[in-house]
Amino acid sequence: MISPDIRKLFPILHQEVNGHPLVYLDSAATSQKPIQVIEAMKHYYECDNSNVHRGVHTLGSRATDAYEGAREKVANFIGAASAEQIVFTRGTTTAINLVALGYAMHVCKPGDEIVITPMEHHSNLIPWQQVAKRTGATLKYIPLQPDGNIALADVEATVTANTKIVACTYVSNVLGVRNPVKEIAKIAHKHGAKLVVDGAQSTPHLKVDVREIDCDFYALSGHKMCGPTGIGALYGKPELLAEMEPIEFGGEMIDFVELQDSTFKDAPWRFEGGTPIIAGAVGLGAAIDFLQEVGLDNIEAHEHKLTDYAIERLSTIDGITIYGPKKDRAGLVTFNLDDVHPHDVATVLDSKGIAVRAGHHCCQPLMKWLKASSTARASFYLYNTEEEIDRLVEGLIQTKEYFNYAIG
Amino acid sequence: MQLDDLYRRVIMDHYKSPRNSGTLDGGVTIEMNNPTCGDKISLQLEVVDGIVKNAKFVGDGCSISMSSASMMTVAVKGKTVDEVIALADQFSGLMKGEDVEFEYEDIDALSGVNKFPARIKCATLAWNAVRKGAIQSKHQQ
Repeated sequence: MISPDIRKLFPILHQEVNGHPLVYLDSAATSQKPIQVIEAMKHYYECDNSNVHRGVHTLGSRATDAYEGAREKVANFIGAASAEQIVFTRGTTTAINLVALGYAMHVCKPGDEIVITPMEHHSNLIPWQQVAKRTGATLKYIPLQPDGNIALADVEATVTANTKIVACTYVSNVLGVRNPVKEIAKIAHKHGAKLVVDGAQSTPHLKVDVREIDCDFYALSGHKMCGPTGIGALYGKPELLAEMEPIEFGGEMIDFVELQDSTFKDAPWRFEGGTPIIAGAVGLGAAIDFLQEVGLDNIEAHEHKLTDYAIERLSTIDGITIYGPKKDRAGLVTFNLDDVHPHDVATVLDSKGIAVRAGHHCCQPLMKWLKASSTARASFYLYNTEEEIDRLVEGLIQTKEYFNYAIG
Repeated sequence: MQLDDLYRRVIMDHYKSPRNSGTLDGGVTIEMNNPTCGDKISLQLEVVDGIVKNAKFVGDGCSISMSSASMMTVAVKGKTVDEVIALADQFSGLMKGEDVEFEYEDIDALSGVNKFPARIKCATLAWNAVRKGAIQSKHQQ
């Protein structure tokens, strides 16, 4: 396990909330930031801040080096062959919208198919609904197994010669399921389709290698991996990025501008119109350095142990339902308590300083599949401890007692 | 932060035994949900000559949203649509911490929600629905 000393690097964790030491169990929504990330952004603003790709002056060069250096770090972190395959975006949602509007809109025709799964976050669902509506393509779903996993036979049965895009999440933000993206890529490619992987929940927690997966596009968010909000990235295979159309036009992305027409820079810069999120990229670069120093294998092992412990302890609570597979799952547990609505669970836990998420987790179709209008979720990261899970279990037992008393 | 400020006994009573739960034949129907958390309500109002004769709801949500819906249906029955809109405004005031009193006293129990900012949207769902229904029935007159 990762030493609890790592918590010293996260200033936000050292506070009381409602009179109790904070227990932050909502990292799947957003992770907390280590001091290295906060300092890197502060240093950038205090010492290097300037616009990129234009200034002849020294600060301009420093800002450009910092920004492009961060792109190298992202490429290296996810196993991309070169930094030019990394487009900086606002986050996963913007990255997927870029593929949907800049690529899929131009390749999908009536009669074509886009294949996704019912476990997708809205960010990997609504863009495809829109592409289907606007192009006349059909949106198809790979069915889920009773425990929430995807069976490869179902992928085979759903993907056809008419499929242009297969889009799926690597790790589910509700079920904790880890999808066989490498095998899904093979099936997609056999039929000439492209695979788009939503890496929002995988990139922070496990070693990702986009070339080993052989996905065509891969989207990630900085803020879920110890980085700042407002920065994310899209990886794309070079030939696909060359084919993809920009969806934002303006400064930074142009080559030559005439009165009636213009030419654009090469990828990735042609997709980054306007002054980019420079400080965000610097923060993301620092987050990647931090995660690599801790080691993705260590992070994965730590979360695995915590999740096993959480499932074991939570299962002892009377009247709890835990969703998703019991084994081999990512570091989160989605659950419900009988007769207590998840909002009420989250409010009672908050009164004890414990932060969990309650709601539909941006997965309304999956909630329907689970036959739950809403659920509570505890999600873990490298800074969480078994003691915090004990606090959660204790808090849930108290929640039950409180509601039994209150409802009478 | 005192949980008992939020979960008062009268609230839990409405949650456990909602008043006016169910559907009406005809009348104005308003469907409303809270997209950030998934709470939903389907409210039906029977409005005759500008007066709410009957109100029923079915919904799915937390103790705060469902108890607030239950209380709302009791409060609006027999009121004119303008009075209903005024009540909804008064309820918004309660959520902002204003010192307001309701003819139907049970509603006062929801004053504690004001101290739990994340839960205000739960309490206001049903009131937003009834406001919309009242305005809709005014236009239909």
